[in-house]
Amino acid sequence: MLLAATTLALGATACTKRAVPTAVAPSGTGQPIAAAAETIKIGEVGSMTGEDATFGESSHQGVELAVKEINAAGGLKGKQVELILMDDQGKPEEAATSVTKLITQNKVSAILGEVASGRSLAMAPIAQAYKVPMITPSSVDSRITEQGDQIFRVCFNTPFHAGGLMRFATEHLKAKKAAILRDVKNDYSVSMSDTFAAGFKKAGGEIVIDQVYSAGDVDFKSQLTAIRAKKPDVIFLPGYYTAVGLIARQAKELGIEVPLIGGDGWDSPKLLEIGGPALNGSYFTTHFSAEDQAPLVQAFISKYKAAYNRAPDAIAALGYDAMQVLAEAIRKSATGASGEIRDQLAKTQDFAGVTGKITIDQNRNPVKSAVVLKIEDGKIKYQRTIAP
Amino acid sequence: MVELIQHVINGLSLGSIYALIALGYTMVFGILKLINFAHGDVYMLGAFIGLYCARIFGFAEHPSLGALAVTISAAMVGCAAVGFLIERLAYRPLRRAPRINLLITAVGVSLFLEFAGQLKFGSSPQFFPELYKPAGSWNFGEIRINPLQVTAFGIAIVLMGALQFVIFRTRLGRAMRAVSFNRDHASLMGIPTDRVISATFMMGSALAGAAGVLVGLIYPKIDPLMGVMPGLKCFVAAVLGGIGNVVGAVVGALALGMAEEFLVGYWAPTYRDALAFAILILVLLFKPTGLFGTRSTEKV
Repeated sequence: MLLAATTLALGATACTKRAVPTAVAPSGTGQPIAAAAETIKIGEVGSMTGEDATFGESSHQGVELAVKEINAAGGLKGKQVELILMDDQGKPEEAATSVTKLITQNKVSAILGEVASGRSLAMAPIAQAYKVPMITPSSVDSRITEQGDQIFRVCFNTPFHAGGLMRFATEHLKAKKAAILRDVKNDYSVSMSDTFAAGFKKAGGEIVIDQVYSAGDVDFKSQLTAIRAKKPDVIFLPGYYTAVGLIARQAKELGIEVPLIGGDGWDSPKLLEIGGPALNGSYFTTHFSAEDQAPLVQAFISKYKAAYNRAPDAIAALGYDAMQVLAEAIRKSATGASGEIRDQLAKTQDFAGVTGKITIDQNRNPVKSAVVLKIEDGKIKYQRTIAP
Repeated sequence: MVELIQHVINGLSLGSIYALIALGYTMVFGILKLINFAHGDVYMLGAFIGLYCARIFGFAEHPSLGALAVTISAAMVGCAAVGFLIERLAYRPLRRAPRINLLITAVGVSLFLEFAGQLKFGSSPQFFPELYKPAGSWNFGEIRINPLQVTAFGIAIVLMGALQFVIFRTRLGRAMRAVSFNRDHASLMGIPTDRVISATFMMGSALAGAAGVLVGLIYPKIDPLMGVMPGLKCFVAAVLGGIGNVVGAVVGALALGMAEEFLVGYWAPTYRDALAFAILILVLLFKPTGLFGTRSTEKV
């Protein structure tokens, strides 16, 4: 009890200290940002540290790049955009605290975040209660936008995401028997698994074993030993990259050679660093491929590389798109008030984003396509596109 | 049958690492009657010392058995120094204080190391380089044995053997046993008790440091809070074996590793962490002295 209380207290102080307003000055002028009254404040919540820190980092870099461009072009409604970033350390409770603080203390006009579904689910009811529009750049769980009319997303949702993977497994990999290894502490992983399992059975396949682990585990050998005994054709791993990398390694050590498949939770530059050659022959679906030759995409990639010295992943591209969609809504609104931004967001039609054309439907979800990527010789290669 | 044998192998590999940590708990308890809650965090420091050592010498590019040996030695020396400092700065000033003060101090030291670790190393997980890459794996039909597991198991056994030798075959070991038996009497017999206690902390911490590197080798993800759960579990392993008993700690740890493996493989993976605490409650209820512990009567 004492321990828990101390940890909580420490966590709380750490959180307030980490609220770093990263105001972005217009490029070239080098001027500090204008007084608070003259900026449009946008709050961002992300996992800048913790188990899936590359999600927060990538997403933030995408958002930041968009903000820099918008400010360089004169800002929105004659005002500069001020981005206020909060680190939730990858914890849903911190995400909830952060969003409350952004709305009540920083008085932001709109919220961007989170990447992980579990944390977006913790944030959405709060943004809804305060009537501040929130866009999640890359949380796929269907329940998030069901929290209310203030909540939007710019990525596809679970039924499409897991459904696409399921079709890829049955049609392309000709899998009849699938094994699932899901993270029970992760809302994304659980809803992906359930959707995948239901679809796979409907398509005439069999889920031979459904094993679980908890976020933070490092030893998966016992689950994998049990999976190996069932001889599946494919193993579905709807987790995040840290666990996936470790699982892939341990699967290889146990002599499991069947393909591993997963979703956008794999999309991180760290994935290959952790998993190494054990990931060769695996597939995952995500929102965007750097091999896409469209001029818009290539322009984004070169700008991103110039700013951050690495190639963008899908999470970064979605962060960029989320900020651009939001900026478009603010431009169209009369005064830039939260309510007007929401109404304009709902009307988003055929917005040309880096991750594809974005049209927001009546459930505040976009209709978009997905790409399947294959890992081969330690490189990620474009495989095919799944239409919506 | 194949599945069963594979589970046994995995369980032994996990258990041998638990054993290295549990030994430190049991040694300190044996000599000071103190549950050193900071012990799990010393294990974390061992992993990070190993990581930095590997980075400085560039072992990731040239993996070899020698690189592994150097890294483990560095982690053991580093952790021994940390163990010495913790004892000298935090516990020695409280030598004559009530035991509850020591216990609370131990919790404080543990939190200090965890949060200082997050400040210094960052709270994101880091990836432990491959220090040693044995070629291929050993296959017996369907049974796969990862040579890394065997290496780690072998190193753990060698270190435990060395500890057993020190405790039962050297002057220092005899002094440790004497202090553990009765500190005041040992002091009257001319045994430098403070120095013996320091040595005990250093040895226990060195073993935890070695465990940190071995874990990094097999499960290459390390972070500043990685010591919390193994720390608690290995404490349970030490209690299961009979706290204060060196052989008991090893047996308790192997039993716990095996039990976890079977629980996850055959029944309920989500209860992995709960298992250790269920065992703790059962041991305290039915056999508080543990498997190998002896009942000592308190005389007034």
